[in-house]
Amino acid sequence: MPTELQSRAQPSPSRTADGDGILLENVSRSYADARGGVVQALTDVSLRAAHGELLAVVGPSGCGKTTLLELLCGLQRADSGSIACAPAVLMPQRDLLLPWLSAVDNAALALRIARLSRVRARARAAALFVELGLDGFEDALPHELSGGMRQRVAFLRTLLSGKPLLCLDEPFGALDAITRGEMQEWLAGTLARQPRTVVLVTHDVEEAILLADRVAVLSPRPGRVIAQLEVELDRPRARTDADVIALREQALLALATSGRR
Amino acid sequence: MRPRIARAAPAVVLVAALLGAWELYVEVSGVQADLLPAPHSVAAALWDNGGLVWRNFAVTAEEVVLGLGLALAAGFLLAVAIHLSPLLRRAIYPLAVGSQAVPIPVIGVLLVFWWGFGIFPKLVVIALICFFPVLVTTVDALAAVDPDQAKLLRTLDASRWQAFRFAELPAALPAALSGARIALAVGVIGAFIAETTTPTSGAYTGLGREILTDAAGFQTPRAYAGTAVLFVFAIACFHALAVAERRIAPWNIQRRGDPL
Repeated sequence: MPTELQSRAQPSPSRTADGDGILLENVSRSYADARGGVVQALTDVSLRAAHGELLAVVGPSGCGKTTLLELLCGLQRADSGSIACAPAVLMPQRDLLLPWLSAVDNAALALRIARLSRVRARARAAALFVELGLDGFEDALPHELSGGMRQRVAFLRTLLSGKPLLCLDEPFGALDAITRGEMQEWLAGTLARQPRTVVLVTHDVEEAILLADRVAVLSPRPGRVIAQLEVELDRPRARTDADVIALREQALLALATSGRR
Repeated sequence: MRPRIARAAPAVVLVAALLGAWELYVEVSGVQADLLPAPHSVAAALWDNGGLVWRNFAVTAEEVVLGLGLALAAGFLLAVAIHLSPLLRRAIYPLAVGSQAVPIPVIGVLLVFWWGFGIFPKLVVIALICFFPVLVTTVDALAAVDPDQAKLLRTLDASRWQAFRFAELPAALPAALSGARIALAVGVIGAFIAETTTPTSGAYTGLGREILTDAAGFQTPRAYAGTAVLFVFAIACFHALAVAERRIAPWNIQRRGDPL
């Protein structure tokens, strides 16, 4: 990745001392709901990830996972606590590909925004199509692609932003189980070749264990960190490995006890 | 092309049935030809006055096409202005709605005073009648862009202009054409209003004025012949706009189904 893109300024959050890692300390965030009430989305969340690590955040629906990503991306500000991380790019839950642009033009969006010419932006994006298993689909429009392929294009668009921190919001949540399994392998392989610091939000504990170096388990709203698991397993990991299953049980247990509280 | 012919069949059958019923009604009821001419005498009037009808039609067709183009441009630009500026929204929108209540004859003479006996005052009248649906559909399409899309673009460091250029503007183009299709439904009658409220100096004054003159001068079959031409013209224009929309926004058609 060229550094010209990485160096572009991000208004907030501030840079961390720890290279391109993440450091959140005692972060809380609430917002007003439609009826004028106050929703406490996150309470006292402290998290860290080192440069190049994949931090998975799991938790039940509505536990503030999306809020957490938007804080990292500078789309929201914390009410209290401190956030230090490198410039982050968001990959939202839905692929949000622009329907009038071909796959390669969608992937190249960040480059166009960085004022590369269309020809150069397309060439840069197309160069990665083979590596990401997208070759042959360069000129397909999004509605002609399968769900898995659309997520690949959306991920490539995220990657090409050149930002050191990727915030993935349930990237495979809308896919069927078989495709999701394929995409998890694909993401693990892609990140092995294109290392980045990643925060992956998911409600799928198994997905978290398979992909992450570190798993943070959040409680139901207001989201608090109720468990942090180090996943020190070799890659590639299989969902049938005894260690994977053991860690999964551990995380599920933490979730279950928090739900009963 | 074959399926397209098959798609047109129901409309053709219905028109044929209606023409038959009309012919039969005139025959049986003995209604005066000045009041309601039979289809066969309308067809005869069209055949006998082909040149006259055609030349007047050419005038009207030009007015409709250019007037609709003007409406499309005006509606689109106003929509963008309203979208980008809350101040302009508050200023322009009520005026745009109110403009639709203005009876054209009130301002017809003024338009001629300003711009003379040529085509331009007619284009203004048609645009005034037609811009509104374009404005509303375009404003709605600009506002309908997914809020998550805006967040994504912000994390890609897009400026407000870039977000507009990459995400909002392309979404609004097919919506504007969609609005133009609604506008067309009133655009042809708009041309009729334009011709009958702003005088013309040329040899051929357009089909609208010709129809009015014929209707007043007991040339009812010819008035109906002119009307039939406008009828077919409106369908053709609607078709053309649908084709244009399909060309520039194929993904929309897939989601929504083909209009014609």
